[in-house]
Amino acid sequence: MASNSSSSSAQQRLRIIAGHLQKRPEDEHASVAAQECKAETPRSNPSSAAPVPKRRQEIMKWNGWGYSDSRFLFNKKGQAEFTGKRYRLSGLILPSLKDWFEGTFGANLQHKSPATPTVNLSAVAPPNLNEPFIEDLKAAGVAASHDPEDRVFRAHGHCLHEIFALREGRIGRVPDMVVWPSCHSDVEKIVELACKHNVCLIPYGGGTSVSSALECPHEETRSIVSLDTSQMNRILWIDEKNLTAHVEAGIIGQDLERQLNEHGYCTGHEPDSMEFSSLGGWVATRASGMKKNIYGNIEDLVVHIKMVTPRGVIEKSCLGPRMSTGPDIHHFILGSEGTLGVVTEVTMKIRPIPEYQKYGSVVFPNFQQGVACLREVARQRCAPASIRLMDNEQFQFGHALKPQVSSIFTSFLDGLKKFYITKFKGFDPHHLCVATLLFEGDRGKVLQHEKQVYDIAAKFGGLAAGEDNGQRGYMLTFVIAYLRDLGMDYYVIGESFETSVPWDRVLDLCRNVKERIVRECKERGVQFPPLSTCRVTQTYDAGACVYFYFAFNYRGLSDPVHVYEQVEHAAREEILANGGSLSHHHGVGKLRKEWMKESVSGVGLGMLKSVKEYVDPQNIFGNRNLL
Amino acid sequence: ILSYPRHPVLKKRDDFEDVLEERRRSSDLRYALRCYTPTLYKGLVPCKVSMLKSIVLQSDHLQCVIKQVSSESGDSTECVAEEASLILDEMAHRMQLSTVRFFVFTLSKAFKRLFRSVCVNEEGIQRLQQAVQEHPVVLLPSHRSYMDFLMMSYLLYMFDLPLPVIAAGMDFMSMKFIGEMLRMSGAFFIRRSFGGDKLYWAVFSEYVKTMLRKGYAPIEFFLEGTRSRTCKSLTPKTGLLNIVMEPFFKGELFDVSLVPVSISYERVLEESLYARELLGVPKPKESTSGLLKARRVLSEDYGSMHVYFGHPVSVRSLAEGKIKRSQYNLLPRYIPQKPSVDTHEFLNDAAFRLVRIQEENMVLKPWVLIATLLLQNPDGMDLSSLTEQTDWLRHLALAFGAFLDWPDHEACSEVISCSLALHRRLLSVSAGHVQLSVTDAPQVETTPEEAVFQRAVVVLSCASYRNQILHVFLRPALLAVAMQSANSSRKDDIYNCFNFLRNMFSNEFILCPGDSVQDFEEACYLLMKRGVLQVLEHEIVMSASGQSTLAFLCSVLEPFLQGYQVVCRYLCEETNENLTEKEFIPAVRSFCFVSLSSDLQKNALAALLRLKAVRKVKV
Repeated sequence: MASNSSSSSAQQRLRIIAGHLQKRPEDEHASVAAQECKAETPRSNPSSAAPVPKRRQEIMKWNGWGYSDSRFLFNKKGQAEFTGKRYRLSGLILPSLKDWFEGTFGANLQHKSPATPTVNLSAVAPPNLNEPFIEDLKAAGVAASHDPEDRVFRAHGHCLHEIFALREGRIGRVPDMVVWPSCHSDVEKIVELACKHNVCLIPYGGGTSVSSALECPHEETRSIVSLDTSQMNRILWIDEKNLTAHVEAGIIGQDLERQLNEHGYCTGHEPDSMEFSSLGGWVATRASGMKKNIYGNIEDLVVHIKMVTPRGVIEKSCLGPRMSTGPDIHHFILGSEGTLGVVTEVTMKIRPIPEYQKYGSVVFPNFQQGVACLREVARQRCAPASIRLMDNEQFQFGHALKPQVSSIFTSFLDGLKKFYITKFKGFDPHHLCVATLLFEGDRGKVLQHEKQVYDIAAKFGGLAAGEDNGQRGYMLTFVIAYLRDLGMDYYVIGESFETSVPWDRVLDLCRNVKERIVRECKERGVQFPPLSTCRVTQTYDAGACVYFYFAFNYRGLSDPVHVYEQVEHAAREEILANGGSLSHHHGVGKLRKEWMKESVSGVGLGMLKSVKEYVDPQNIFGNRNLL
Repeated sequence: ILSYPRHPVLKKRDDFEDVLEERRRSSDLRYALRCYTPTLYKGLVPCKVSMLKSIVLQSDHLQCVIKQVSSESGDSTECVAEEASLILDEMAHRMQLSTVRFFVFTLSKAFKRLFRSVCVNEEGIQRLQQAVQEHPVVLLPSHRSYMDFLMMSYLLYMFDLPLPVIAAGMDFMSMKFIGEMLRMSGAFFIRRSFGGDKLYWAVFSEYVKTMLRKGYAPIEFFLEGTRSRTCKSLTPKTGLLNIVMEPFFKGELFDVSLVPVSISYERVLEESLYARELLGVPKPKESTSGLLKARRVLSEDYGSMHVYFGHPVSVRSLAEGKIKRSQYNLLPRYIPQKPSVDTHEFLNDAAFRLVRIQEENMVLKPWVLIATLLLQNPDGMDLSSLTEQTDWLRHLALAFGAFLDWPDHEACSEVISCSLALHRRLLSVSAGHVQLSVTDAPQVETTPEEAVFQRAVVVLSCASYRNQILHVFLRPALLAVAMQSANSSRKDDIYNCFNFLRNMFSNEFILCPGDSVQDFEEACYLLMKRGVLQVLEHEIVMSASGQSTLAFLCSVLEPFLQGYQVVCRYLCEETNENLTEKEFIPAVRSFCFVSLSSDLQKNALAALLRLKAVRKVKV
């Protein structure tokens, strides 16, 4: 376990985790669970942890990522630390982050760009309320608010430009009102009233969108109502015979997982945003989870979806595992991005919690070898629950997050490892890259599987590099958004974006996109070379998902966000030119709308439009995403 | 990158450095053996010549074509693969530094004897050094002489740049010993025509692309395809250009840098050889013994030589907005794909622009002006009036943006007498009267036919110098002729005429397709700036002082107009229904013997075919 504190809470935690993993507590490996990377169960009462409150701003940042108590900062000694108690990294010193940060971005701790501390409520436009709608709503007994803080919180996702504006205290169009339905029938009432009074509805789940999907359209003149699903968060039933669970769509990932865990089950759906993102959001964006190799992506996990549309409720009549009844109506819902209605309830596949989990990592002499290895793993269809290949820059990034080592022995061992890899094996520290692995299943099979994967890796010059490196790799994805907030305190802005691409184009796409970013930054007057890094983050039979991080120091630029957007635009053009898709799992939103026609053809777009036309002729769900 | 500056004259040109200067001072042997440490491409995948071969043969692309060919022909794949391997053996270079060193040594000796100086623009070299590190480089020299590629490799060695691999015609292979030597210094050999041979094309294109992708070495080839016998740039070929651009189109490379190189000679080594060839004397076959016989050239003075390395042109920027790279998304990239119509148009346009850059950066010597004037005055000129007119022409050329190498601080008459001395084989000077004439041949007992032939050789040799400056005068000259023949001062009428002429001559000169309006405006602008014309909204009016300039410009195009007229007259009068293409040139030549080069005849026929005035019937 990470902490050896002898308090009763630790006891309790240990018991729960032991229960979850059905593991002998003395087993070392039991401690290394994926959940460890994410915020842990609040210590007070894990089994009935508080769900997302209506006033989210009480526990979460209004102008940054995640919980208010958790953030990176450089302390007085100039060392990076992570505050709070929720994460494994919490309270730890990260000695190498400062050097990495300054070295990579040419940033300086003396040059700060702090955020506006509190919401300037006077900057929030007064709400444009539809009084008859409000009266009817009140009569129906649905909770609602037009408090400015509530409205501001729901006016954005986590795109760079959205967060940047908030930090500067700029507030654009915000919803005029927030409503909190508590069940399916509440949603039915709200949608009916919205149609009756011609009010614009924007469904809001976890608020983790990175596609401008939550932005209120500027041209919208009607009253905009944000429909917050967070109070629809119950697991309605679990069917152990068919291994399914029926869940309200507002539940967020960590609550769903935790509650199922208590029954000995899991969904296995773990997108990087799972601490905050909601089930309904996953359905509406075609989300993908880290462990999709075992459990599948969201479209593989759902058995039944109930959605409320202006035309009424859409759902299938049975829970059959597959049907041949014309085009699958689920696929109109999956990825509809809130343009057709509100997903209220979902029946999902569940699995027993795996007996055993093990992290691992492999070092490759270069990225090419790494990709070749992943390709071979995919060919043999023996991918572990998760397998990711980080390029050299990202490996170094991950390394900068290594907490202070407690003993001389550990640091000696680290030195020895480094010596072995770079000197003895001749890996160039500026070219080597790391694959991180997560195995899951029963113990014997995991060990066998592990051996198979390491054997393949060895054929491509890969060296096993320990569990620690692997686990840190996954940690990076959970803290990256917190790190972005740290960067923004020091003139560094950045973002991630993703694509999927056939295997034979992976290398070319990665190289070209990274180089395009560097070049575009230079051409647009960015003073220091940007961080431009990628990882192959998912493998499929016919291709892979590639994830990019891109950040730069914006000192000296008059309009950094505009520069950022131009570079991201260019990077997306480059992706498309290199055979990559418009999005693998982030979705289109309003950010990538301009490429939709090119991506799905005019006819394809027309089909989607005609569905919208039929389902929502009044454009009640008027977030204007996708189409 | 490829747009022309509005004020060509103001364009800053780099300074030149004479590379032979140092060669004259220190040991050639030590120089040839010096430590050679070229600047390398950052993405270089080190790879031996033998490995290169197996990579090409194992490539998905070639394997795919081998299977295709095998299923079409019924031969076993092993058999086809063997054939591919043989093709590659015949083609591939075997670069060896020792051979290059041998060449460096002998060429140092030869160049010092042949040339007074070999001038290279240093900034161009520096730009190339940068470019070579960033992206794979393709060198695109102009082609006027066999010397070109020897000189290129020599210079790259000299400046510690990676030695190029050079696409050479198969003709050289027949030179037993020399062919192998060239192969070992980086030349690879391609057949002159292999139109339908799928396998050959696959081996060839994969070979070039592999070298490019690996950053193995700069690829060098001649856009014009062959040596220009007339010193006029030839219509570019796009095949190889497509091959070197495709790795970018398909995303295999982030970018490719194209470096146009302009090589100009004060006196071309093959001067009279070319003239004879144009008059129908067959080109001597490349052979080692022939080369030895040609030693005679070593004893002559060829003046100076200029090599200008142009700005690298990024294929990425060139293709921006013109090529949709996503068109390659839906087919596995190893499956060969014919370039789409758009791609083809793009390639053609890019090729023309690159040749235009070559033209613009070609250094012109004073003799080029003199030759232009002497050709317009077949009866010769007095030295004084020649001096006066050359000076006038010099200013006109400079105003039109010519890259003229006119010695500073030297009297015009001095410069002219120097030029006349260097080219004395083409002219006679007596009592202050200069005239083109045969001074070389013995004056005894030549048949009248021979005399005419000798005279034609001189005229064509001289024309090849005038041709070097044509690109400077071409657009204004087309406008001048258009004004003359339009019989109207209406801008529209003149433009239509201009457009017709431009269209007619687009096989003869480098005129970028689709640039008609731009060319017209450029011509108007240049002549207006010179005070020759006034361009009003709907009219173009000649100024009082413009007469002489317009007359001069018209006479620049005169020989070409006449030549085309002769071809047309021949085709009209000669009623032989079944004229074959082969018979065409000798027939026109006998129809009107004087001053008609086979190059012009071919161009004229091509233009008439293009304009559908003449129809080609397959027999």
